[in-house]
Amino acid sequence: MVTAGTSIETERRRMTGSPCPAPGRLRESSVNSDVAATKFRVRRLAAWFGSQKVLHGLDLEISNRRVTAIIGPSGCGKSTFIRCLNRMHELVPSARVGGEVRLDQEDIYGPDVDPVLLRRRVGMVFQKPNPFPSMSIRDNVLAGLRLTHQLDRASADETNERALRSAALWDEVKDRLDEPGGGLSGGQQQRLCIARALAVEPDVLLMDEPCSALDPIATARIEDLIHSLRERYTIVIVTHNMQQAARVSDRTAFLLTGELVEYAPTDRIFTAPADKRTEDYITGKFG
Amino acid sequence: MKQIGRRRGVVIERLFVALCLGAVIVPLGLVLVLLGNVLSDAAQRLDWAFLTSFPSRKAALAGVYPAFVGTLYLGFITAGLALPLGVGAAIYLEEYERRGRLANLIELNIANLAGVPSVIYGLLGLGLFVRVAGMGRSLLSGAATLALLVLPIVIMASREALRTVPLSLREGSYALGATRWQTIRQVVLPMALPGILTGSILAVSRAVGETAPLIIVGALTYVTLLPDGLGSPFTALPIQIFNWVSRPQAEFLLNAAAGIVVLLGTMLALNTTAILLRNRYQKRTY
Repeated sequence: MVTAGTSIETERRRMTGSPCPAPGRLRESSVNSDVAATKFRVRRLAAWFGSQKVLHGLDLEISNRRVTAIIGPSGCGKSTFIRCLNRMHELVPSARVGGEVRLDQEDIYGPDVDPVLLRRRVGMVFQKPNPFPSMSIRDNVLAGLRLTHQLDRASADETNERALRSAALWDEVKDRLDEPGGGLSGGQQQRLCIARALAVEPDVLLMDEPCSALDPIATARIEDLIHSLRERYTIVIVTHNMQQAARVSDRTAFLLTGELVEYAPTDRIFTAPADKRTEDYITGKFG
Repeated sequence: MKQIGRRRGVVIERLFVALCLGAVIVPLGLVLVLLGNVLSDAAQRLDWAFLTSFPSRKAALAGVYPAFVGTLYLGFITAGLALPLGVGAAIYLEEYERRGRLANLIELNIANLAGVPSVIYGLLGLGLFVRVAGMGRSLLSGAATLALLVLPIVIMASREALRTVPLSLREGSYALGATRWQTIRQVVLPMALPGILTGSILAVSRAVGETAPLIIVGALTYVTLLPDGLGSPFTALPIQIFNWVSRPQAEFLLNAAAGIVVLLGTMLALNTTAILLRNRYQKRTY
């Protein structure tokens, strides 16, 4: 294990030129032998709203059990991009998608793919916390599972606790599981939404600016949570906050007006960007 | 640039407020006068016996029992017919067929239907239910006609309620791998329910007060039996009131007033139920 870790560390240094990656990341990387495997393979991905083209042929690979951050100015297509990964984009009337997205080799836009089943494998957390107001905390967590399973009391309780623990919310809500989810604070609501997404045991968690409606303390808790989840899930996070991308992600993609400008290990994006536009953006010259 | 004097602005504002106040007081006063008039007449006739007696040729012995029961039956059957149809139509239009050509056509029709006079619905009910469908001058014919009459209102109220459910909640549900129906069932309907209920009960309470369509469909005015099934002849409070008002004898006017009070009470009870239901469901919804 130690040797594996060392070799990855060396590789990372060679690739990024950064002095030393965070120790936490290294340890977690070394636990998973298949970390480098590709989860999503995106080819020539284009997306439209009506006649307006918002993504212009993206090519990138998203690694398994890594955190990939998508950054870029407002309107650059970040959200649209991740909504193409679980086929939420097409829910908007007049929206279209072109190109190819493969999840574990399988084309998710293939004719036999049911988007409903795909979304059970690729969970999503939204910008604004959206717990179901008519449901209790417990029912919110179990909402996804109940779509497909008849849960008996014991396994429902077990799943509920496991998901809430994974989302670092259990200790705060364990005494009021029957209260409405809408009664929680914003940060708690967002963690409830994460718990709800985790309860169906997806492979991938898409996060669309999950902290933009939260205060700094709640944001820090979500970031800690992302750190702990990356051992088990592939996470793709859209963020406006570049410090956040730098803190939580392994690789970062910079999008500008629907095109992929640069996609590299996070350390390199923020220390030695290859493209002038990336540098301008991260140094705050625009955006 | 000439500045408008501050004093003048104040005067205009006071005038406007007075005008608005007048617009509230005048109709309210008229309703109160009307109500007072009816109540003072009704007080001479309204008692328990009035509620439990059958009609009679003697005004003092006549009661509204069959009409009251008929109105309750009509209300429930109308609700039973109009709610599933109306809510179903609203769900289809809002959730499934948002901007198709068919949806536009249906929408236009519903908007027009809401403006059709109720007499026309009575004629439709007479032709369709009483004659063609062979349901006769029955409770069911009357209720079906009233259901048609309030259907546009139920549909519009339900659509309004469905529209208030935010997109973010639907997306949250889809992202969990819910199908469209599961999303509607688990997330959208529970949130829209208070609005749907309120709109629907108000619609039914309107149906309960309708007279013209029932006269045309053939509600009886002198019923000495309670309706014993969907196919039985019936009468209703507005019909009974109409009948009493058109009698030459002055005593029957007192009966009419008492009948009006019963009808008003029934509608008030329905509206109160609507408000209570809404409050109860809203408490669950944060």
